[in-house]
This record gives sequence, structure tokens and C-alpha cells, in this order.
Amino acid sequence: MLSIKDLSVAFKTRKGEVNAVRGISLDVGKGETLGIVGESGSGKSVTSYALMRILDAGGEIRTGDVSYGGIDLRAASERDMRDIRGREISMIFQNPRAALNPIRRVGHQVEDVLIRHAQATRQDAKTKAIAALEAVKINDAAARYEAYPFELSGGMCQRIVIAIALACKPQLLIADEPTTGLDITTQKAVMDLVGALAKERGMGMILITHDLGLASQYCDRIVVMKDGLIVEEGAPGMLFTDPQHPYTRKLVDATPRLGASIRNLLPPDARSPEPEHKVHTRPLLEVRDLVKTYPGKAGPVQAVKGISFDIKAGQSLGLVGESGSGKSTTSEMVVRLQDPTSGNILFEGHDIASTPSGKFMRHPVRRNIQMVFQDATDSLNPRGTAASAIAEPLARIDRMRGAKLESRVSELADLVGLPQPLLSRYPHQLSGGQKARVGIARAIALEPKLLILDEPTAALDVSIQALVLNLLVDLRAQMGMSYLFVSHDLNVVRLLCDEVLVMKQGEIVDRGPTASVMDKPSHPYTRALIEAAPQPPEPVAA
Amino acid sequence: MVDMTSSQPARKGDTTLGHIAYVLKDNPVTMLAFAMLAFFLGCAFFGPALVPYDPLATNAARALEAPSWDHWFGTDNLGRDVFSRVIVATRLDLTISVAAVALSFVVGSILGSIAGYWGGWLDAVLNRCLDTIMAFPLFVLAMGVVAALGNTVENIIYATAIINIPFYARLVRAEVNIRRNAGFAQAAKLAGNSDLRVLAVHIFPNALPPMMVQVSLNLGWAILNAAGLSFIGLGVRPPTPEWGIMVAEGANFIVSGEWWLAVFPGLWLMLAVFTFNLLGDGLRDIVDPRKRT
Repeated sequence: MLSIKDLSVAFKTRKGEVNAVRGISLDVGKGETLGIVGESGSGKSVTSYALMRILDAGGEIRTGDVSYGGIDLRAASERDMRDIRGREISMIFQNPRAALNPIRRVGHQVEDVLIRHAQATRQDAKTKAIAALEAVKINDAAARYEAYPFELSGGMCQRIVIAIALACKPQLLIADEPTTGLDITTQKAVMDLVGALAKERGMGMILITHDLGLASQYCDRIVVMKDGLIVEEGAPGMLFTDPQHPYTRKLVDATPRLGASIRNLLPPDARSPEPEHKVHTRPLLEVRDLVKTYPGKAGPVQAVKGISFDIKAGQSLGLVGESGSGKSTTSEMVVRLQDPTSGNILFEGHDIASTPSGKFMRHPVRRNIQMVFQDATDSLNPRGTAASAIAEPLARIDRMRGAKLESRVSELADLVGLPQPLLSRYPHQLSGGQKARVGIARAIALEPKLLILDEPTAALDVSIQALVLNLLVDLRAQMGMSYLFVSHDLNVVRLLCDEVLVMKQGEIVDRGPTASVMDKPSHPYTRALIEAAPQPPEPVAA
Repeated sequence: MVDMTSSQPARKGDTTLGHIAYVLKDNPVTMLAFAMLAFFLGCAFFGPALVPYDPLATNAARALEAPSWDHWFGTDNLGRDVFSRVIVATRLDLTISVAAVALSFVVGSILGSIAGYWGGWLDAVLNRCLDTIMAFPLFVLAMGVVAALGNTVENIIYATAIINIPFYARLVRAEVNIRRNAGFAQAAKLAGNSDLRVLAVHIFPNALPPMMVQVSLNLGWAILNAAGLSFIGLGVRPPTPEWGIMVAEGANFIVSGEWWLAVFPGLWLMLAVFTFNLLGDGLRDIVDPRKRT
């Protein structure tokens, strides 16, 4: 149905031309689901933009043919393309909130596309729009028709986007990272829905994702892209059990999965034995009846409802939950960026919650509790170099100056595997993985006893994630730190944590040693989380 | 797509001077603006020492002469050399505008930072005060301030500063507000910074790029404002050379054909405002680290 031959796309930039896609060929059959897997910068999104002819300014298709059902998409006029987009080929984008007009009722947004493609008249548009909303399993579609995007959850917004994309019954759907940023249970619901609709309508689909596990679960065929080239193509099972290309092998290895240890995520030649970390029986942190209440429009909202837990010295505790579960609020209270409404936080036996967060920077415990933030880009001051970010805690808390400070910063850079020359760079000149390393170096600069890790790898490619996770394991063994690892990804928590807490709506619903919670989940919510995680097929032993 | 993973050291252009040179080379308009700024600064610093005639010396024998080799911009009704007066006036006009903008920049930044960072009732009160200032026609407010405080250069500066404060305060408030919970601000707190330090050292500098555009536009407005006040007799008093007064005095002679009295100071005023307006983009690029690719 869709056939791409020898496509190459180049972008003009200030530093000359960048070849984003360098001659790729692929076909999508009718009713087939093709997965395009690759890491950031591999050209997977650019490929789909090129075939829809919606490349950014400066982007240009250099060579190649794109034909859809006999129509040459490269030669088609802009007018014809407007008819094809939405009616024949539709797209779902990564961030559903950005894809919807924030000040227009969602029902009207569905109507717009129906009327544009003459699938409905003004009279019957509303009925058809509601039917389109019902098709994506939105409960009470007539009421939701009137809603604005900000009134809906992320998963619900993505359903609206899907409803808009599918309203005109297109033959081909391009889904560009449709579930990145959604909760794991929502991800499963959305993917199941899209899969079922595609099957029901005999619709072809291109699923663009960085998650090899997700692609293998929902696709008939997968192509793996790297640096603008297709390096491998095949059935999902084949790719996993017998990857031919070294890059595919690296990706398969780096995907966290059942039965793999943390060192298995690395390429075989980098697998040193996993260092042991000692867990003491003495508790380092004791949290008792912690409550956080926010004033809300409709009365106070309890984000955290009286939770208690301990972290022993040297122990790694996983805190798992979906958005809105209160896990971030909990971690911010523990790191003393927020004040609890009530409850105690004892650090080595002393209550630290009694010092307000605004005064905590002078507290002697400040140096012992540090944090690695979720978004490495956001957590570095755009006006400061990497070195200045790492030096900040040393200069402020340890009053370190001059040559001593410089040598400590370069020592820390070595510790986290950040090349020395990069220290003088600004954040925008660093890659995602390098920024994550700077964030970790800054957090461990004062040799804290407790490190809070708030989804430190959520924004990273899987191969970078594998490196960062292994770095964390090494640092833990070297420095004897305890970790509070906040994450929504159970596969990652399993690799790193001794014990795990599962949070839902401000309460701890499940707790225990990681292995027993994961393998024999007692609470139905834990079970739902584990089942929702995409499970790639078992690869053969390397 | 762009390979950032290579581990080369930062290049030579990463020094501040190198970066400024790069920005200037990248954009000819910025280059022109900076050249004109240099010219005006030169006039302000060295003008009084270089001009051919004393700007205040009258010569009744040569009153109202048209431009000639002796008097490039002609002479006025008292026989004073217009060229000398225009050049000498540069120092006063630039002083007024730079001082006024600096004052409103500092006060506006402090008020805006406080409102944006702490929010709450402080924010509400400050905003209503700024709204009150904005509710007046700004030039009329400036007239009122000068009329009430008295006709001196300092009061022109204060008046011009007061009417510009809301622009800075609002801009800074918005820029600070979107960053007060940013990861790098939180990280700075964990590194032992107090709220005040986080605000001043980490958050505020990020508001500088848009502020620079505002500064350069304001410099132009401030010159116009000062000249305007002088034009209606509420600013600098004659015989001090100042572009606004010179235009005002010269305007009487346009009807009788002595156009040079008003046109040359007006032209200089226009060029100065033009320079500052062109300067904005260049200044922004210089203070924005993201332009250092």
C-alpha cells in the first residue's frame, strides 16, 4: 500500500547540511503494522514527516520515491496532500496535549476534520463526532464532547487525538511515539485500543517508537533504524531471538526484561561482574505517618495520606506508582524541598521535618540527602557550564575554592564517566546522557548518604539508560549510598532495588522485597502494573 | 542529528569576546548598530573637546546662516553653531536615557523578581501598583512628575524611569515565574543556596536575553521622552544644548525658511533612537548562552 524507495532527507543548518535520512526503503502492506524502532536522532520521525510532506523549514527530500496506493506523494500538489492527510493517512503525535487546541471543545475538534474532508455536514457533524469518540471507547461520549482538553487526563487526550486521526477512516495510521509520557497502564489501554481498531478496520499502521519491547508486542514487522539507515528488518520474534546487526543486538541487550541482570543490559564485552552492596540493619531514614494536603478549589486535596516506611543504610528502595500517586510529592518531602502537612521524617534518628524547607539549606543533614532530577535538561541552569553545575554544592556547602574545587570537579567527572573536555560546555552543547551524568556528579559531589533518584532515566534512550543504571550500581557499591528510586518502570526497579513500595492515590498499597513483590504480586494494582509492562520475547543467551 | 557526543574541548569562540565577535559577524545589521553606538558614545565622551565652536557662544553678526563650510549645520538666531550644539548635546541626552533606563531596569528587576518568585499577596499588590502607573498616559505622567518635582535633569531621569518600571517588572515577573520551580532552581536549593540566592544567581540571569531587547527599545524611548519633555518646556532649560529644546526653538524658524535649526537636531535624535532599536537583537544574542553553539 505504502512504498518508500531509497528515501533521503537533508536539513540545512548553520553548520552545513545534516543528512537525517540516508536512503531507506520500506513497504507497508494493507492491514499490516510496521514498527520503526530507533534511538533519538535515528531519523525515524523524519521519515514519517517526509512521507506526509510536513518537514520543518530547512528540511528537504533529496532523493527517492514515496508512493501510496499508486499516488506519488513526492510529486503530489499541496492541495492533493491536504486531502490525503487525515483522510487516507493520519498521524498521532507524541504529546496529546500539544496536538489539541487548548481553547476549543474536543468535540468541535473532531467535527473540524470530518467537515474538512466532507465526511459530515454541519447538521450531522455532532452525531458523527460523538460516534467517533465512542469508537475510541470514551465513556459518556456525549458529555465529553463538550469538554476542553485541560479538563481531561493525558490518556483521555490521547484517545481524542486518536478519534480525530481515525474519524475519516484512513487506510494508514502513523503513530509517532503515541504513548511516551503516558502511564504504563494507560499505555497498554491506548495501544490495545489502537491495535484493535486497526485490525477491525483493516488499517495499515506505522508505529514509531524507541521501545523495542512495545514494538515487538504490537507489530507484525519491525525495522531498526540508526543514523538515518535501516540496519535490520524482520519479525519481532526473530529480531529478539537472533539479532543479526550489532546495533540491534545492543538494543535488545539494553532493553530491561525479565531474567536479565543489570550487567546484561550492557554489550557483552563491557560486562564486568556486578559489585555487591552491603545493606545494614540500622535504619538511615524513617518516615512516619507522612501527610501532604494541598488546598484545592473543591476543598483540600490529600496528595499523600499518611505513609510510613524505612530505608536502611546501604539499601535501595524503589517507589513505584503512576502519575498522581503521590510518589513525587513523597520524594520532594524526603529531600526537604517541600514541607509535610504532618508526620515525621527521621534521618539517623533525628527529626528533619521540623526544620522548614526554606531554612533547610543550613541544616547539617542537607549534605547527606541529595537528589538526581527526572529531566536532566531542566535541572541544569542553561547559563552555567557543566563544571559550574558540579561545583555548586561543593562551593556552597563545603566552601571549597580554587584549585581544590577544580580538582574535585574533575575527579567527580571521572567518577561518572564524563570526559574532561566536556566540563567547559553549556547544557545545550551536551547530549541527554551527558547531561544525566552531570546531574549525577552534582548529586554525589558531597558524598551524601541518601540519594533520591526521580526517574533519572525516563528521558534517555535505552542504551544510555543501560549505561546510567550500571553507573548507579557502581557508585552505590563504591560509596555505600542508599537510594530512594522513584520510577514508573517496574522492569528498571527490579534491576536496581532491594525492596519496593507501590503507591496508589497517596497510599502504599504493596511493599516488600523486590523479587517477592514482582513475582508474586499480592495486590491487584501491582498485578495490573506488572501485566501492563510490555514484555519482550526472551532473547537467546548471548 | 548533530553529533554532540564527540569529546572535543570547547572551541576558541567560547570566550566572551570571541562570542561577541561571532554575533557581530553573523548579523550585519547588528554590526551597523554597534558601529553607530560607538559613534554616539564617541560624541558623548569626546564631543565637547572636539567641536569647532563653543556651543554657548553667541555671534550676532552671523545669526541664522545656512549650512556652509564654516558652519556645517548653519547657525541659530543667536549666531551659535548648530553642529557644535548637536554634538555637545549627545552627552546630556545619552546620560538622561542611560541613567533612566538603568534605574528602571534595577528597580523593575527587583520588584518583578520578588513578585514572580514569591507570588501571593506580594505579587497582587505589586501588580496593582504597576497597573496604576500603566493606567496613566505615560508621557502625561512624566510631565506631571517633572512639573511637581521641579525642572531639573535628575527629575527628568526619575520621571522617565518611573514610566518605564512596569515594562521591566512585568517582563521579569513572567520570566522568573516560569522558572521558579524549574529543576535547576530546585537543584540549587539542594546545593545549599538560600531562596534569595537561587533567585538572584540562578533564576534572574535567565531573564536577561528578553530584557536586553527591552533595554534597547527603552533607551530609544527614553531619549524621545527626554527630548519631548524639553520640547514642551518641562525639561532641560535653554541655553543648555539639548536635542529637544533645539527642535522646539528651531520649529519657530521653519516657516521663515531656516530649516536647519530644527532638522539637524531632529535627525540626530532619529539616528540615536534608530541605533538603539537596532541594537536589541544583537544584545540579546550576546547575553544568550544558547547562541554559543
